[in-house]
Amino acid sequence: MYILFAIISLTGMGLCLGFLLGAAARYLKVEANPLIEEIEALMPGSQCGQCGYPGCRPAAEALVAGEAPATLCPPGGRALAEQLANKLSIDLDLSDVEDQVPMVARVDESNCIGCTRCYKVCPTDALVGAPKQIHAVVADACIACAKCVDVCPTECLRIQPVKVTLRNWRWPNPEAAPAKAA
Amino acid sequence: MSRTVPALLRAQPDSQVQAIMGQVMLALIPATAFGLFLFGLPAVFLFAVTVLAALGFEAMCLSLAGKPVKSTLLDGSAVLTGWLLAMTLPPWAPWWIGVVGSGLAIVIGKQVFGGLGQNIFNPAMLARVALLVSFPLEMTTWANVAPPLSDGARGLFDSLAITFGASPVPDGMTGATMIGHIKTEFSQGHGLEHAYSAGDYDVVKSFLGWSRGSLGEKSSVLLLLGGLWMLRRKLITWHIPVSMLLTVSVLAGIFAFVDGDRYPGPLFHLFSGALMLGAFFIATDYVTSPSSQVGQLIFGAGCGLIVFVIRTWGGYPEGVGFAVLLMNAMTPTIDHYVRPRIYGRDRKGRPLDLPAGNDG
Amino acid sequence: MWPFAFTTFWSRPKIRGGVHPEPRKEATAGLSIDSDFPLPEKLYLSLQQHVGQPAEPVVRVGDRVRKGQLLAASQGNISAPVHAPTSGVVFDLMDYPAAHPSALPTPTLVLEPDGEDQWLDVLDATDPFSLSPEEISKRVGAAGIVGMGGAAFPSAVKLNLGRRNRIETLLINGGECEPYLTCDDRLMRERAADIVDGIRIMLRALECSRAIVGIEDNKPEAYAAMCEAAAPFAAAVEVALVPSLYPMGWDKQLIGYLTGKEVPADGRSADVGVLMHNVATAYAIQQAIRFGKPLISRVVTVSGKAVGTPRNVEAPIGTPLADLLAYCDLEPETATRYIMGGPMMGDVLPHPNVPLVKGACGILALTDAEVAASDAKACIRCSRCVAACPAGLMPLEMMTRIRAGQLESAVGYGLKDCISCGSCSYVCPSEIPLVQYFKYASSELIGRQQAQLKAEQTKRLAEEKQARIARYKAEQAALAAARRAKSQQRKAEEAA
Repeated sequence: MYILFAIISLTGMGLCLGFLLGAAARYLKVEANPLIEEIEALMPGSQCGQCGYPGCRPAAEALVAGEAPATLCPPGGRALAEQLANKLSIDLDLSDVEDQVPMVARVDESNCIGCTRCYKVCPTDALVGAPKQIHAVVADACIACAKCVDVCPTECLRIQPVKVTLRNWRWPNPEAAPAKAA
Repeated sequence: MSRTVPALLRAQPDSQVQAIMGQVMLALIPATAFGLFLFGLPAVFLFAVTVLAALGFEAMCLSLAGKPVKSTLLDGSAVLTGWLLAMTLPPWAPWWIGVVGSGLAIVIGKQVFGGLGQNIFNPAMLARVALLVSFPLEMTTWANVAPPLSDGARGLFDSLAITFGASPVPDGMTGATMIGHIKTEFSQGHGLEHAYSAGDYDVVKSFLGWSRGSLGEKSSVLLLLGGLWMLRRKLITWHIPVSMLLTVSVLAGIFAFVDGDRYPGPLFHLFSGALMLGAFFIATDYVTSPSSQVGQLIFGAGCGLIVFVIRTWGGYPEGVGFAVLLMNAMTPTIDHYVRPRIYGRDRKGRPLDLPAGNDG
Repeated sequence: MWPFAFTTFWSRPKIRGGVHPEPRKEATAGLSIDSDFPLPEKLYLSLQQHVGQPAEPVVRVGDRVRKGQLLAASQGNISAPVHAPTSGVVFDLMDYPAAHPSALPTPTLVLEPDGEDQWLDVLDATDPFSLSPEEISKRVGAAGIVGMGGAAFPSAVKLNLGRRNRIETLLINGGECEPYLTCDDRLMRERAADIVDGIRIMLRALECSRAIVGIEDNKPEAYAAMCEAAAPFAAAVEVALVPSLYPMGWDKQLIGYLTGKEVPADGRSADVGVLMHNVATAYAIQQAIRFGKPLISRVVTVSGKAVGTPRNVEAPIGTPLADLLAYCDLEPETATRYIMGGPMMGDVLPHPNVPLVKGACGILALTDAEVAASDAKACIRCSRCVAACPAGLMPLEMMTRIRAGQLESAVGYGLKDCISCGSCSYVCPSEIPLVQYFKYASSELIGRQQAQLKAEQTKRLAEEKQARIARYKAEQAALAAARRAKSQQRKAEEAA
C-alpha cells in the first residue's frame, strides 16, 4: 500500500514539474541566440580580420560554436580574452597573450609619399593626412591591425611596440621575477 | 609620479618562519619534558618515533612533489606537527600509532593540500581524530603515571617492548582519564561527588598534571606558562586562547551553578583534558585559524563551545580535537565574512559619508 | 596609578596597524645641515618632478640664465614650473634617466653652471601678510613648490583646494616616520622660526586660523625648537607630539590621531576640513613668499651603511645623485641597493645616475646587511600583515588572489584602499614582497582600464567609419540610380 502511494505521489510530482518546465520553455522562450550578440558587443568591432575570420560577427559566431579560443582577438588583448572566457564560461589559457606588448603603427616620414591608401583602409580612422602630404598615426585610435602596412606602396608604415614612458610604465609582477629559487 | 617600491628593511631575524616554529617548540619543551618524565621511556620512544616519522613523510612528499627538500624541512613545521601529534597520543601507545598518525598528519593533513600554509585542517588534530576513530582501543588505553624510580617505572627492555613489541600494556597499569572517568560514572547514574572521589580527583593534581592522559593533557600550568611566554613574544595573539578558555569557563560556570552535581565546574574543565594545549598551541595554528582579530575571537569562542558541548553531552570524553577541526572548517567562512573595517569605509565596504556642511 | 593609565588608554585616539622598524636615524640626526655642497658640473632638471602635466621649457639651448630664472612653465591645472638652481648656460634638452624606479629616459633640461651663482636682479619680496590669499597661492605655484615629503603634489593646487573647502585645521607633518631620514628633523631644529613663519603664511593663504604640527616623540629636540618658535603665535600654531610608529606620516593616520577625524574612502582630507603639508614644504613656501626664492634646492638625507660620511645636505635640484653620494664618500662596492626617499616607501633606483628631484627627501645606499634579500617562502597565514595594515586590509588574502590572477577579487578585499606603506612586507615572516604584488595589481588594473577605454573608443570609431562608408555607398547608389533614371527619361523623350 505504502509503495503504491509513493509511486503515485512521485509520478504526480514528476508530471507537475515536467509540465511546468514545458510551459516555461514555451512562454519564456528567448528568440535568437543572444550570446552571439553579446559576444559581438564585446569585440572591438573594427573588422580588422586579425583573428582569421572575416569580421567581428563571424568571429563571435566561431567563439560561441567553440571553434575559436577566447584569446583569438589580438587588439582586445588580455582584458578581452578574460571577458570572453567569463561570458562563455570556459577556461582561459593566457600563456599566449601573457607576453604580448601593446603595438602601434608608425609612419616613417622620410618615405611617405602621401598616397592616402593607408587611411582609406584604416578601420578606426587612426591615420590622418591629406593627398601628397605626409600621413601620421593617432596612437590613441590605432589598434595595430596592420591593414595599412599591407597597402603602403613605399613600406613606410611599420607596426612597433608602444614606447614605454613614465605615463604607461607598469609595476612588474613579482611572481614573474625569479623570486622562487628552486 | 608614482613614488613607491619598498626596500624591504630586514625585520628582526627572530620573526622568520623557522624562528617562529623554533620558539613555539621552545614553549612546548617544559610541558613535554614533564610529560615524558611522568611516563618514562615508552613515552620518549613514542615521541621520537612520531617526530622522526613526520620528518620522513614530509621529506618523501617534498621530493615527490619536486620541491626543495632540505630548506623546507628546516623550516620546522613538520617537526612541530609531529611534536603536537605526539603530545595528544596515549604515551604508552605502540610505535605504529605514531607512524600512522604522522603519515596522516603530513600526507593527508598537509601535503595533499599543497604544503605549508595551504591546509584547511590542523594536521595534528586531523591525525589524532582519525586515529581515535580508527583505533579506539589503542587510543584510549591510558597508562598510569609512572615516573622513573616509581613502582610503575619500566626498564629499558620493558619500555622497548611496550613501544615496539606486540604486547599490550598490562591492565593493571592503565585506566581512564579523568574526563572519561566522569563520563562513565555519569552513565552509571552516579553524581559528580561520587565520580570525583572514585576517580581520586584533585584540582591541584590536575593543575600540575599528575594524572593519566596524553603528554599534552598533563601539566596545565606548564602549558599555560608556555602559552603566556608565546603571547609575550608576540608569537600568538591573545584573541583565540582567551575567547576559547573564557567560553568554556563561562559555560561550565553557568551549568555548574544550575546543577552542581551534574556538571563539573570551570576549574575542572580548564585544567583537565587537552584544553590548555588546544587553546594555546593547537587552535592558534596560523594556517587554520582566521586572520582578523574579530574572526579569531569568534573562532576561539566556537572552539570553546564545541569543546564544552562534546565534553558534556557528546559520545567522546574529550572534544578539543573535534572542536578545532570543526572550527577549522569554518575558518574560510569566517575569513570571508569577518574582515577588518577598511579605513574610510563602513563595515560593509561602502565609503563613509562626508560630514555635513562640507560640499566642496 | 593604574586607573589613570586605564583612562588614558581609552581616551587616546586609536591608531590602527603600524610597525616599529629600527629607526637607524642616529647616523645623521646629530649633524647639522651641510650647505657646502659644491656645484656639480651639470644639473639635470627633469620637466616632470611633480604629479600632473610635465612643465614646458621656455628657454632654448644655449641661453644664458640666472639663478632663480624660470626654465620651464607649468602646463594645465595640475603642474609646476622648474627654475634654474644656479646661473649658467642651458646646455641641452635631452632624454635623461628619471628619478623613478624604471629610470626611463624623460625630457630633461641640462644646465651647465658658470660658477657665478648670480641671482636674478629683481627678487619679489613683499610682506606676506599684505598679500591676498589668492596672491599667496599664485606665488607658491609660480615658485614651483611641490609636496616635499615625497608626494610631489603641487602645493598651490592644494592650497586653493583647501581654501575652497574652508578647512578648519592645517596639519603640518613633522612625523618623518621612515627609518634613516632626518632632513625634516634637522630642518625643524635649525630653521624652526622660518617653518613657523611659513605655516602662518599658509594659514593666511587658506583663510584658516589653526595649525597643528605633529612631531614624532623620538625627536625631542625638534619638538622643543618648534615649541619655542611657535610660542609667540600660540593661538594659531600648536605643536603636538605623536607616537613613533610607522606609518605615522601617512596623512590619514596623522589626521586621525590629531583631530580624531576619518577621511571617507574616495574622499580627500579637505573633505573633513583638514589639509596636510610637510615641514619642508612650509619652509619652501616661506622662502618663496618672504624672499621671492623659487624652489631650487632642498635638504636631503644621504645615508645608509654604504655611505662613508652620512649627513643632511642642502643641494641644488637637478644634482645627479651619484655626485651627492660621492660627496658623502660612497663605497660603491658595498652598495647593493640605491633608494630615493625612505626605505619603506621610497623608490628603488636601478642606478644612482638620476637627478635630485623636488620630492626626494632621502638618498640611501644600502648594503646587503641592511636589506632583506632572501627569497619569498610559503605564506603561513600568520596574519601579522592583517594586524600591521594601517588601512584595515587583509594583505594575505589579496596576495593569494593576485597570485592566482584574480585581480578583481583582490579589489573586493580593498586593493584600491592600499596605501603601499609596506608595513605588510616588513612584518612578513615568509618575506613575501606583499606590497609589490599590490602595486603590480593596481597598475595592471589601471592599464586594463585604459585598454578597455581605448577599445571602446576605437570601436566607436570603427562603427562610425563603417556607417560613413555605408552612407556614402548608399548616396552614390542613389545618385547613380537618379542618373540612370534621368538618362532613360531623356532617351525615352528623344525616342518620342
